[in-house]
Amino acid sequence: MYMGSFDDDFFDELEETLILSDLGAQTSVKITEALRAKIKETRSKSKEEVVGFLKEILVEMVQVETEKPQLPTIMLIVGVNGVGKTTTIAKLSERYKKEGKKVVIAAADTFRAAAVEQLDEWAKRVGVDIIKSTTGADPSSVIFDAIGAAKARKADILICDTAGRLHNKVNLMKELEKISRVINREGEGFSIHNLMVLDATTGQNAINQAQVFHECVEIKGIVLTKLDGTAKGGIAISIIDEMQIPIEYVGIGEKSEDLIDFDPKKFVDLLFE
Amino acid sequence: MIFEGLNEKFQNIFSQLKRKGKLSEKDIQEVNREIKMALLEADVNFKVVKQFTKNIGERAIGQEVLSSLTPGQQFIKIVKDEMTTLLGGEIERMDFVQGRQNIYMMVGLQGAGKTTTAAKLANLLRKEKKFKPLLVACDVYRPAAIKQLEILGEELKIDVYSEHDVKDPVGIAKRGLQKSVEGHYDLVIIDTAGRLQIDEALMDELVNIKEAINPTEILLTVDGMTGQESVNVANEFNRLLDISGVILTKLDGDTRGGAALSITYTIGKAIKYIGTGEKLTDIELFYPDRMASRILGM
Ligand SMILES: Nc1nc2c(ncn2[C@@H]2O[C@H](COP(=O)(O)OP(=O)(O)OP(=O)(O)O)[C@@H](O)[C@H]2O)c(=O)[nH]1
Ligand SMILES: Nc1nc2c(ncn2[C@@H]2O[C@H](COP(=O)(O)OP(=O)(O)OP(=O)(O)O)[C@@H](O)[C@H]2O)c(=O)[nH]1
Ligand SMILES: [K+]
Ligand SMILES: [Mg+2]
Ligand SMILES: [Mg+2]
Repeated sequence: MYMGSFDDDFFDELEETLILSDLGAQTSVKITEALRAKIKETRSKSKEEVVGFLKEILVEMVQVETEKPQLPTIMLIVGVNGVGKTTTIAKLSERYKKEGKKVVIAAADTFRAAAVEQLDEWAKRVGVDIIKSTTGADPSSVIFDAIGAAKARKADILICDTAGRLHNKVNLMKELEKISRVINREGEGFSIHNLMVLDATTGQNAINQAQVFHECVEIKGIVLTKLDGTAKGGIAISIIDEMQIPIEYVGIGEKSEDLIDFDPKKFVDLLFE
Repeated sequence: MIFEGLNEKFQNIFSQLKRKGKLSEKDIQEVNREIKMALLEADVNFKVVKQFTKNIGERAIGQEVLSSLTPGQQFIKIVKDEMTTLLGGEIERMDFVQGRQNIYMMVGLQGAGKTTTAAKLANLLRKEKKFKPLLVACDVYRPAAIKQLEILGEELKIDVYSEHDVKDPVGIAKRGLQKSVEGHYDLVIIDTAGRLQIDEALMDELVNIKEAINPTEILLTVDGMTGQESVNVANEFNRLLDISGVILTKLDGDTRGGAALSITYTIGKAIKYIGTGEKLTDIELFYPDRMASRILGM
């Protein structure tokens, strides 16, 4: 095969970069193969050009049509423990509020210690309405109440917090299905736009997370958090490639303004920094 | 997943090799490639995988592997043994001393499980070692972080030292320690805010807390689902704080937990406990051999 000046070392180094960004061995191999084919096809000899090809391949992989939520909308925020769901809700609230939308949030994590207080504090800081119940209450009933309140208050967006749960916990996933059924049943007149929150430091396990959560509640998009750290969040590429679910937002800090739109080119550039 | 059926894969490769009778360098490379893929799927850090497979390869050549009736199993055994040794071999317990103050400091990235683990540890050690624990709330940043620790303390009937509306974690830690002396608490667990290892100001804050209270253990809490990043995190926390051990959380999930190997390989500090659920009793001693099996998908 014609490889010009691109020897094994070049590809080894490339593989290392991709794997160290958590793309996973399979996806990394797939990308490297695509690049080999491209080099063969173009007979390119310039390293710069080849890196350009590589970025194009990656950008194409992560570019998936995003479906803008039709207002009014209900967003159920799901994900495993500690990824940044509650904080992301504060960030989304702030963003929509700035756009002049009426936001209501629902504190349906009735399980974790001080989860309601945490969201309540954010609601005060950002200045949005919150519907809450006591710890230990049935999360579905909180959602039921919240949908009623969202309708009564003519909200544009209802964002629902949920307790973090590992995707292999069958009972907890059933609970999420129940919440989702309540939203489907009661959310008449609202579009449904569920988001899964994914921590950028997560490894290969994230693929299972995405698959199981998506089976449980239809996920429209991913919020990739903690990208202000040194983790690259490459596992998101494997998820997008496999499931065609877009990343919608990126979390870059702990404050309510630390949320940006996903930019495929910037994201890919970051992998090579 | 590549990983399922690693056992069979090895059996296959080795029965082929066995027919040949002699291991060539290329054969070893092929086996190493399989191991490498397997470890990467388990989130073992790339650099660790490289060194690890090199060592394994060297050990396997010329050893009892080929003459064995089950060379695949033999080889996997070498891999597992090597990994178990690296993970610490023996169970490493905390540095407890009865009759003096045991001061633990929980540190780590955001959302790793520090606060929950602080409460779990206090509960476990009260029961097992008859310590009288005090939890100290030094996360002044995350909304309702103090409240979270207070609620956990209340649930367990363990005292919590906190100061609302005071934004000085070093001061709170000092005064918490003072209270523990006055109240004859012999186990003090300091909860700190999550932070990125590259956040200089917040890492400095941890160094200052350390200097102020002179902890007997600094426990880095790491999410068991962490990918390649685990070594960067462990390296930096260890460099700045000289941590005494690691607690790996959320192992009740289906992650293989390659972070365990990556961290011990990189900084040589033991994993002491693992978190296995959200309940306050979901904490266990770390068993290196079980972890090795898990990483290898066995
Ligand atoms: N650096 C950084 N930290 C973040 C980001 N998003 C959230 N965090 C932090 O991550 C930690 C966990 O965030 P939460 O919003 O409580 O996460 P959660 O998913 O709601 O957690 P559970 O409800 O316990 O499952 C907190 O310390 C947040 O401040 C981010 O984009 N960057
Ligand atoms: N399934 C499971 N969840 C856990 C475990 N340990 C902690 N958690 C959950 O992980 C989430 C984060 O835990 P916290 O204790 O708040 O983490 P933290 O490190 O204190 O977070 P920050 O203070 O925001 O940095 C919560 O939802 C906990 O219930 C565990 O071993 N298994
Ligand atoms: K995490
Ligand atoms: Mg939450
Ligand atoms: Mg905490």
